[in-house]
Amino acid sequence: MNVCHHLDDATLLRYASGGLDEAFSTVVASHIAMCDECRHAARSAEAIGGYLLEDGEPEVLSTGAFDRIMERLDSASAPAAEPVAPEPTGDVPLPLRRFVGHSLDAVSWKTVAPGVRKHAIALPSGSASSLYMLSIAPGKAVPEHGHGGDEMTLILSGAYQDALGRFGPGDIADLDEHVEHQPKVEPGEPCICLVATEAPTRFKGLFSRLLQPLVGI
Amino acid sequence: MRLAIIVNHPENSDPPTSPAELHKTLIARIAANRDRDAFRALFEHFGPRVKALMVKAGADHAMAEDLVQDVMMTVWRKVELYTPQRGAVGTWIYTIARNARIDRLRRHSSRPYEDLDGLELPSDEPSGEDELQASQQAEQVGEALAELPDEQRRIIELAFIQDKSQSEIADQLALPLGTVKSRMRLAYQKLKARLEHSR
Repeated sequence: MNVCHHLDDATLLRYASGGLDEAFSTVVASHIAMCDECRHAARSAEAIGGYLLEDGEPEVLSTGAFDRIMERLDSASAPAAEPVAPEPTGDVPLPLRRFVGHSLDAVSWKTVAPGVRKHAIALPSGSASSLYMLSIAPGKAVPEHGHGGDEMTLILSGAYQDALGRFGPGDIADLDEHVEHQPKVEPGEPCICLVATEAPTRFKGLFSRLLQPLVGI
Repeated sequence: MRLAIIVNHPENSDPPTSPAELHKTLIARIAANRDRDAFRALFEHFGPRVKALMVKAGADHAMAEDLVQDVMMTVWRKVELYTPQRGAVGTWIYTIARNARIDRLRRHSSRPYEDLDGLELPSDEPSGEDELQASQQAEQVGEALAELPDEQRRIIELAFIQDKSQSEIADQLALPLGTVKSRMRLAYQKLKARLEHSR
């Protein structure tokens, strides 16, 4: 996959150290599944954790800790080695499949504005950020907006263009709150993307602001 | 003591030369034969380190011990998913510990946080070069971390060891969020330069 827009370096470290919440880590993991370069970079960043794990002063375990785990291994009813089921092929990246299945065609959409359909993804309670998918019609422009907080958008199919360039499948817009953009979907096919937002997006113009409750993005 | 016994095991005609190599050998023996001696050696090395990680992230001793059990159970059950291109065994176990920490200390969800386990794509086929890189990686990371300015290394440790989010780090160090981000980027660029140089 020819990916042009990658993760911010700070995001890679946050992902590798487990510092992203579930909405953002799902978007990052889905990008990593589609992008060889960022996957290798994430593995390298995880090596920092591996080094620090080895380097720290160990804590003595209580007596019998190993015996307890052996008892658990023996009492586990399932065979110790779980067979790895072959994944069905599909256009949904692996980390997203536990939420929406393996096919983009099977996602259920709700129209939230003309040309804009949304699929909200329920996360465990207590998750501050929200995670959802959008399917935006060909040629449709999303109102110019800044972000009340971090936002990440991963393109799953189709493409859009904005001041930052063209975003096609696998590309991620890893934006902080200061960036304002006005994506316009390319003609031809809808643009399906996966979005994590930290806080409700603020639209700039008055009309856009009126739209926001409808679009909810 | 036990490590010495394993190194001298008669089946190991070619004894591993470094701890990282030894850990890979142990993993291979668990994957091949469910070898409990190999698992014990791995447990005795990594169990106390995983516990230390959990205590530093804020778990009490009982919780930290529970998490050690969970992490090492996952190592046993998912041992086939370890591949050398994931890096050192310690790096793989770190990621398992990180995910367990997210589940138990932060997320409180019944659905396990699975991350990218099992996600090795065709382009991730192991190569001799990758394996060489993985075995050198820990050393390179250590050197690179030692060279970081204190202010950057501190942020890396808060994130990786103490499980602090970016905004928690900003609060704790009384720094603007943007400064924390830019120090993370600077730190990562130095580490990356070092890791790529080692290829």
